[in-house]
Amino acid sequence: MKTLVCISKTPDTTSKISFSSDGKNFNTDGISFIMNPYDEWYALVRAVELKEKLGGTVTVINVGDASNDIVIRKALAIGADDAIRVDANPIDSFFVASQIAAVAKDKSYDIIFLGKETIDYNGAEVGAMLAEMLDLPYVSFANKLEVDGDAKTIRREIEGGTETLKLSGPCVISAAKDMAQQRIPNMQGILMSKRKPLEVVTPVGASSRIEVIKHDLPPAKKGVTLVDAGNVAELVRLLHEEAKVI
Amino acid sequence: MSVLVIVEPNNGTINKGGFELATFGKLTAGQDKCLVLVVGKASNAGDLGIYGADEVYEIDQVPVHDSAVYSKVIADASEKLSCHTVIIKANANGKATAGRVAIKLGAGLVSAANSVPESTGGQLQVKRGVFSGKAFATYAITTDKKVITVLGNSIQPKEMGSATSVQSLQVDVPPSTIEVVAKETLSGRAPLPEAELVVSGGRGFKGPENWNILLDLADALDATTACSRPVADADWRPHHEHVGQTGIAIRPNLYIAVGISGAIQHLAGVNNSKTIVVINKDPEAPFFKAADYGIVGDLFEVVPKLTEEIKKLKAGA
Ligand SMILES: Cc1cc2nc3c(=O)[nH]c(=O)nc-3n(C[C@H](O)[C@H](O)[C@H](O)COP(=O)(O)OP(=O)(O)OC[C@H]3O[C@@H](n4cnc5c(N)ncnc54)[C@H](O)[C@@H]3O)c2cc1C
Repeated sequence: MKTLVCISKTPDTTSKISFSSDGKNFNTDGISFIMNPYDEWYALVRAVELKEKLGGTVTVINVGDASNDIVIRKALAIGADDAIRVDANPIDSFFVASQIAAVAKDKSYDIIFLGKETIDYNGAEVGAMLAEMLDLPYVSFANKLEVDGDAKTIRREIEGGTETLKLSGPCVISAAKDMAQQRIPNMQGILMSKRKPLEVVTPVGASSRIEVIKHDLPPAKKGVTLVDAGNVAELVRLLHEEAKVI
Repeated sequence: MSVLVIVEPNNGTINKGGFELATFGKLTAGQDKCLVLVVGKASNAGDLGIYGADEVYEIDQVPVHDSAVYSKVIADASEKLSCHTVIIKANANGKATAGRVAIKLGAGLVSAANSVPESTGGQLQVKRGVFSGKAFATYAITTDKKVITVLGNSIQPKEMGSATSVQSLQVDVPPSTIEVVAKETLSGRAPLPEAELVVSGGRGFKGPENWNILLDLADALDATTACSRPVADADWRPHHEHVGQTGIAIRPNLYIAVGISGAIQHLAGVNNSKTIVVINKDPEAPFFKAADYGIVGDLFEVVPKLTEEIKKLKAGA
């Protein structure tokens, strides 16, 4: 098994979100960054589990600048064998998919993993674009994966349920909750991660296809209307007559 | 040039979600035509004309679980019908397919739009939620061809025309290389991303044996059930009910949170709900700051009463 895991860096889930005064850029002052949880907990860990069971290698890839090396080292500490960083600002999903496709094109990975989505831009776009660029089958939101020789049985989340699919040969898979369990890197992993290879490559040309006009924060809530626990009927009246939602 | 809207029927009929997309397509199209392609058979496909479709096409036997085939059908239809913009539902199949369609057409993509785009000088400006509901971003798609996926409940379907005839569309559908071996439906209710009414439970319920209290409330309202992450992690409830930053992001008309503290990661996935009701015994629970209505009290007493009052309201209505 030769797998590639796409990882990205996202703000910590407790981050307070703010933007530059023109609304164009995310304000990173005071923000701590983590590996995108879907990439780390589900995609990467499942790839490492498959390597432990079936042999092979796990490579992680990230598109970003040198400040991302810290999350790449964490992925190596969790169990990836080597890493590639495409040294470029990840401007949009088309750009990112183009970079990963250029690296993966001739490397014949058995599975290319991604997380279901990033928790910052929530696009879930890169996987589909990458699969199209590489002309591979794509299964999104996978929460279970079994590999038997060339065959892959994959269960995925769909609206109100799940669907189990079967395919053979190389494919792109985006991983959702349940695919694996989060692993905390151990001391040995952390020490080894420092010596594992991290190759930095230059980006290929690709222009962005969308442009940020602005960001906004949701309007502030007007404040809560508290209803007495002994007067539940009043809550029902408010929901019916004032909020008009029931 | 026209706008092409892709609609997937549910069990042979087009529901509100499909009509919503037709209206969304017409409002996006402006002076241009709004064409709707129904992927699958629907007895009421012609009604799309009432909600904004200028022309309705139909294609059957498409393996929509396979984005390679589905995207080819959509891209071919878009070319054949001379469309500049393709609009797809932001559901599991739609999200898996839209990125591929964008590459095939050389189009820019914005996913999970939550309101009708504004058209300015050949550009389309599309607004969507980012940072798991903590903010919004507006993007301009700068390419000639455009692909947008749209969240459920983004707009209400509007009557703006009359029922129309349905034409069949001939495009090549290659065989799928992905086989569907099983399908499991987990509840009869509206799926969470589309649900208008959601009742949700947290650790305050103490254990799965108490969930009938919440299920009774859901039944009375005909609402979909959800839960906080620790509840799903402890297997009190199935994982697909987990909402929040690392679960499903939802935006129903009504979200009733019971025994949930309101951690920032939970709020991220639910704070775009139109009306939020919080029931918690701790007056200091952070969720009250994000709520529209609240009751400070013991859920084991408050929720059964709420269920009774809702039944009374429904009986009277
Ligand atoms: C990276 C990361 C991602 C995360 N993603 C998510 C996510 O997507 N979704 C999510 O939900 N969480 C997420 N979390 C977890 C989150 O931080 C909280 O731990 C979690 O939301 C708390 O769940 P809870 O409100 O059910 O439990 P608690 O925080 O334990 O709250 C229980 C509440 O019930 C109330 N209560 C107790 N008994 C009663 C009673 N008898 N009557 C009324 N009220 C009662 C208590 O006052 C309390 O407020 C994430 C955490 C991390 C670190």
